[in-house]
Amino acid sequence: MADIQISNLVKTYPGGSERATDDVSLSIRDGEFTVLLGPSGCGKTTLLRMIAGLELPDSGSISIGGRDVTYLPPNKRNLSMVFQSYAVFPHRKVRYNIGFGLRMAKVPADEIERKVQWAADLLQLGPYLDRLPANLSGGQRQRVAVARAIVMDADVLLMDEPLSNLDALLRLTFRSELKKIVQDLGTTTVYVTHDQSEALSLGDQVAVMRKGRIVQLGDPLDVYDAPADQFVGGFIGSPPMNFLDAAVSHDGGTLVLGEQQLMAPSILRSFAGKDVLLGVRAENVTVSNQRSSGDVAATVLVVEPMGSTVLLTVEVDGHNLKVQAPPTFKTAPRHTVWLGFAPNTMRVYDRETSMALEAK
Amino acid sequence: MVVEAPPTPAATVAPPRHRKIPPAVLLIGPSVVFMALLLGWPVVQGVLQAFKDDQGFTLEFVNRMVQDPYFWPAVRNTLLLIVVMIPLQFALAIAMALMLRSNPRLHKVHFFIWAIPLALSDLAAGLVWLAIFNDRGYLNSALSWFGLQGISWLAYDNQTSMFICVLIAELWRATSLVLIIVVAGLQGIPKDYDEAAQVFGATFWQRLRHVTLPLLKPSLQVALILRTILAFQTFAVAQALTGQNFPLVVGETYRWYTGLQNPNVAAALALVILVVSMVTSIFYLRALRDKNQGGLR
Ligand SMILES: Nc1ncnc2c1ncn2[C@@H]1O[C@H](COP(=O)(O)OP(=O)(O)OP(=O)(O)O)[C@@H](O)[C@H]1O
Ligand SMILES: [Mg+2]
Repeated sequence: MADIQISNLVKTYPGGSERATDDVSLSIRDGEFTVLLGPSGCGKTTLLRMIAGLELPDSGSISIGGRDVTYLPPNKRNLSMVFQSYAVFPHRKVRYNIGFGLRMAKVPADEIERKVQWAADLLQLGPYLDRLPANLSGGQRQRVAVARAIVMDADVLLMDEPLSNLDALLRLTFRSELKKIVQDLGTTTVYVTHDQSEALSLGDQVAVMRKGRIVQLGDPLDVYDAPADQFVGGFIGSPPMNFLDAAVSHDGGTLVLGEQQLMAPSILRSFAGKDVLLGVRAENVTVSNQRSSGDVAATVLVVEPMGSTVLLTVEVDGHNLKVQAPPTFKTAPRHTVWLGFAPNTMRVYDRETSMALEAK
Repeated sequence: MVVEAPPTPAATVAPPRHRKIPPAVLLIGPSVVFMALLLGWPVVQGVLQAFKDDQGFTLEFVNRMVQDPYFWPAVRNTLLLIVVMIPLQFALAIAMALMLRSNPRLHKVHFFIWAIPLALSDLAAGLVWLAIFNDRGYLNSALSWFGLQGISWLAYDNQTSMFICVLIAELWRATSLVLIIVVAGLQGIPKDYDEAAQVFGATFWQRLRHVTLPLLKPSLQVALILRTILAFQTFAVAQALTGQNFPLVVGETYRWYTGLQNPNVAAALALVILVVSMVTSIFYLRALRDKNQGGLR
């Protein structure tokens, strides 16, 4: 078990013009579960491969458990890893695949057998132990890759989208299963995903990446509630955060949305007279058919019943917003509804830089 | 198989169809004819020549072949050459291919240089090495430059040094074939497997033994069969270096045919090579067969 310190990692692939990771620094405490979250191609796998030693950085350093491992070969780092492509050995049975790392470490045969059995039970692979990977489904192969990684007593567990190939139900089951396994193992874990709900549910800390940089690092709830910029807000949450152009009135007390007005959160006092970008989550907007004071009028565009809620796409001052209403809420396209915003749940962003504005 | 199926109404009513030649036969037909003419016919001729004289079937030629004082040394030399050369060639080729895979600077240039011997005729290769190993060759010149006494590497009474000279020349000439097959095979293996093994703590040798070589098996099998069959046919290099002093089976075939003007015994010798080659190929195919059928890819 060990902590991980990553500082100023820069990596450009040969022949590539852009940096795959651009000055990434990250600190992971012993036993912490860190999720790297970001859209496709933002450098998550690259960062993970550098921690594993499969890719060498152009500059910067990585240390695991206080030991500088930046240029150490992978087999000297005491890691285990789930590959995005699984990399399950095609010429060996599932049983051998799961026990591979232990066999390389010359662990006694009966202990390997015991651990393989344990992992196979956890991941529901029992019936397939004597099959070749070619005769498994994609999801089963992926679970073999996960099993192979968790049997190791490694310092660091690296997982690159280990649940990507499971159906929605299995993914949900294994997500909580995985969280429990990793908690029991207590291994420091770095987990890559582009699924924001996975990131929020699994991570002790979430690092949101974009174009090779970490744009926000923090506790999952913080990242969800207070996105550091428009990109993070738009990427995390389902539906994503709504963004509206607004202007702060000269006294700083109200926000002007086109023709309409809205109570401003207190932090906006220092931005009186400025144009800002307003960010608000769907669940923080109340929807009703009756107007109450401070409400904003909106035109309904789309009504999507989701079972537990009704998802409405509405228009306010030329902007489309996604808001949620209770399942019993009755409305139809082209009707007018009234939206109530709670001032303390609103986030405000700079319109030029799209960075969160802090009260000065 | 259907034996006398009771006539069903449909069968009796169905109009008589023209017997058409199945497309499969049409497709492979030309190549079967071609093979029969080009390969099958000479083989039949060879068998007839080895076992038939004017009076009919005879074992006389086989007897003459076996009783010839050069026959058993030739067999022994050929086998010895194979047993020593093939493992060396494979070790070298795999090492070279792994070096190329690690993408050193100029690896494409290296690959081309290493493949050059493939483009050389074996007689030319033999002559190149003759220039090195003969009494006044480059090797002895180099030795004398260091103040050392030269050695008659190819002297008729020094079987060991002759063997080593032939071995080196053949290694140089024919390893590139194995190299090319192994390089192609390695390129077909995704890098992930090796990377996964590294991450799970495998050392270089563990990775080679448990991951790379097993995945490379199909290519190795092809290379092994090709190289062994070709090694049975080693001839021109030994001929150029040693003449008749280091007899090999194909060299004997040549001697009987041209020197002794006896095509029948030559045919018998050729049959020996054919049979041995076939037996070895079958052995390799069985021994290296994937125990888990369909396990790869
Ligand atoms: N071997 C490589 N050679 C050159 N460029 C590469 C290589 N691997 C990745 N890249 C580039 O580096 C960038 C980051 O890739 P990376 O694989 O880290 O993305 P990712 O965040 O893991 O994406 P995904 O979610 O799709 O797996 C991409 O622009 C990609 O094209
Ligand atoms: Mg990736």
